[in-house]
Amino acid sequence: MPKDPLLRLENLVLHFRTAKGPVQAVDGVNFDLGYKEAVVVLGESGCGKSSLAKAILRLLPRNVQTYTGRVYLEGLELMGMPEEAFRQQVRWAKMSLVPQAAMNALNPVLKVGDQVAEPAMVHFGVKKDTALTQARKMFQHVGVPADFLDRYAFELSGGMRQRVAIAMALVTTPSLIILDEPTSALDVLTQASIFNVLKRIKQEMEVSFVLITHDIATSSELADRVAVMYAGQIVEVGDAQRFFAEPLHPYARKLMASVPRLHGDKEPEFITGQPPSLLDLPTGCRFAARCPLRFDRCVQDPPLMEKEERLVKCWLYV
Amino acid sequence: MKALYRTFRELIRYRSATAGLVIIFILIGVAIYTVITIPYNEAIRLWRGGEDIWYKYPKNAQPEWVNLFTEPDLPKTIFLSTADSTVSKTTEVVSEGLTQVTLSFPLEYSYEIFPQELTVYFSARFAAKKPHVSLTWITPNNEEIEIGSFSIQSSDTYRVSQDQRLQRKFKGTPPVQGLFADPNAPQPTPLRGAYELRIVGSLFEKDNDLDAEVVLHGEVYGSAGTDHLRRDISIALQWGLPIALAFGLLAALGTTITTMVIAAVGVWFGGWVDALIQRITEVNLVLPFLPILIMVGTFYSRSIWVILGVTILLSIFGSGIKGYRAIFLQVKESPYIEAARAYGAGNRRIILGYLTPRIIPVLIPQLVNVIPTFVFLEASLAVLGLGDPVLPTWGKIIDDARANGALFRGQYYWVLEPSALLMLTGLAFALVGFALDRVFNPRLRGM
Repeated sequence: MPKDPLLRLENLVLHFRTAKGPVQAVDGVNFDLGYKEAVVVLGESGCGKSSLAKAILRLLPRNVQTYTGRVYLEGLELMGMPEEAFRQQVRWAKMSLVPQAAMNALNPVLKVGDQVAEPAMVHFGVKKDTALTQARKMFQHVGVPADFLDRYAFELSGGMRQRVAIAMALVTTPSLIILDEPTSALDVLTQASIFNVLKRIKQEMEVSFVLITHDIATSSELADRVAVMYAGQIVEVGDAQRFFAEPLHPYARKLMASVPRLHGDKEPEFITGQPPSLLDLPTGCRFAARCPLRFDRCVQDPPLMEKEERLVKCWLYV
Repeated sequence: MKALYRTFRELIRYRSATAGLVIIFILIGVAIYTVITIPYNEAIRLWRGGEDIWYKYPKNAQPEWVNLFTEPDLPKTIFLSTADSTVSKTTEVVSEGLTQVTLSFPLEYSYEIFPQELTVYFSARFAAKKPHVSLTWITPNNEEIEIGSFSIQSSDTYRVSQDQRLQRKFKGTPPVQGLFADPNAPQPTPLRGAYELRIVGSLFEKDNDLDAEVVLHGEVYGSAGTDHLRRDISIALQWGLPIALAFGLLAALGTTITTMVIAAVGVWFGGWVDALIQRITEVNLVLPFLPILIMVGTFYSRSIWVILGVTILLSIFGSGIKGYRAIFLQVKESPYIEAARAYGAGNRRIILGYLTPRIIPVLIPQLVNVIPTFVFLEASLAVLGLGDPVLPTWGKIIDDARANGALFRGQYYWVLEPSALLMLTGLAFALVGFALDRVFNPRLRGM
């Protein structure tokens, strides 16, 4: 295994310009991901998870104010890369995306087979039938019957469309797949089957995952590592088993406590208040206002520090 | 292909669309038939031809079918040539230096209205000495009228209707009336019955020969009538069809598709590209369309292809851009566009494969609906005197009719025929266009 991590983010910043002022969606994210590793990014809505995915893939809207930091993929620095080279060499060739609301991520006027074949045609310049063969193989991986190749997106159920979107992310055999809430808007059974598909892919293929989700319980089955985001920053990263056994950051603890458990008499808890607006962030620890363990030092911004082979951004662990 | 068939099936559920499609298919069929039977060069040669091609045709004759509605019937044109079997030709060698040829043309005249003109075309073969001919007119009453005698060239035309000497002989009555008049009638009416024109030719050399053609021009001709230059209007009506369809279709395709692509490019790239396209459109929208075309026609070229090009150029940055842009702005934000960007689809692939197909449902009915607009535009330009100087088109017929005072002189057929075809074309495309709009536009589905 190469010494470099597959993906390394260094102080990644993505701010949007709005009429009310800058939105600090991603604010100094540092983070490593190894080969064949799955990291689950957890966090509430509006804490910058999807923006992180966009920042990694450089899929930026027009109103970007700041976009700085460093992104290394397989040791290659991506931020300095010109747009055209990035499009041709990185997007989908090395990392692909299963977008949020993948239900609508398929072109309504293309057959799904052609749609899945498209990235292969774009990146490898292969003929259509070669790409379709590849697409058929990917359909097998994600559990979509081969005769669905000739159907249109609107003829497929939500779960099938989601699988097609995953097949599309896999068709160029990238080393990294970013899944942005792949199971939102699906029923529980379908969610479970999608996660089974992902687990199988993880075993069968040489691929790393960045899985952005709210679904703590299901994602725990897939995760090698967990990153918790809060207000545009990562507040805790670490090994999944240890994290699920004992989260360190107060926010992570609260988050875990909010998951209902089948066996056990503990009532699910909730976190009082709301995450701070990304337009107007508090100084010091951003979670301080909602933190039950708040103390004097929390008025200062805590560093991300190592604790039990994990990284935590909290003054409690200094 | 399946989608096309499905659209077609859905379309013919509307009776108006079926009617429109039938008309369009007939028009296309006639257009193809015309182009095959009268090749382009032949059509141009005929339409640009003069008296030598059209001498057999009457001037400003109405179409033959007006006889179905009028009483008394208008006379048809009678054409006789020495090659015909009814015409007798006898050659008598009188002496070494004189051969006499007698040509006898029987003319059965049964109309109550005088014919338009009587013209004799001679063709003679001789070396030096011109043949001499004398013409005799024999009425059904067996009255013989000396029309005249004169010597002729190898190819000569004698217009009875313009012979001043003959008019004097008939005491001022136009010669053709004089020849056909019933002497007993109080009003000048033609005497019906079998006439004969006898031409006796004296040839003064050996191996000389004489032939003649007699044309008695009527007042009706063919399916469409003739114009002031004796030309058969049906040629221009027929050839006007493929030209009108080609002009309309090319202009409609050229403008709508380029407009769509430009709108998509503007929306996709945004920023200054979009701003530039929008400003150009706004400027172009206030530029007067017709005066620019008239200027091009006057100073540069009146070729239909140049006019077509300028029309397309001026229409590209039209109001369509604004409409398409509104739709594209919405489509651009769709998740599947972002997904396409994510997997590295290039700008061209996104614009052509992802953005523009979404507008097809709006585009197709519009495309069909603008075809007649351009057909009418071509006709309007021709009426304004900017028609292609070479091609026979519907607009040119109307222009000729206007220039020759057709309506003033009661020659309604001359204006109404091309107008009816223009309206039929417009109607057919409008019927199909409206139905297509219903098929494609989901908001009109339930109606």
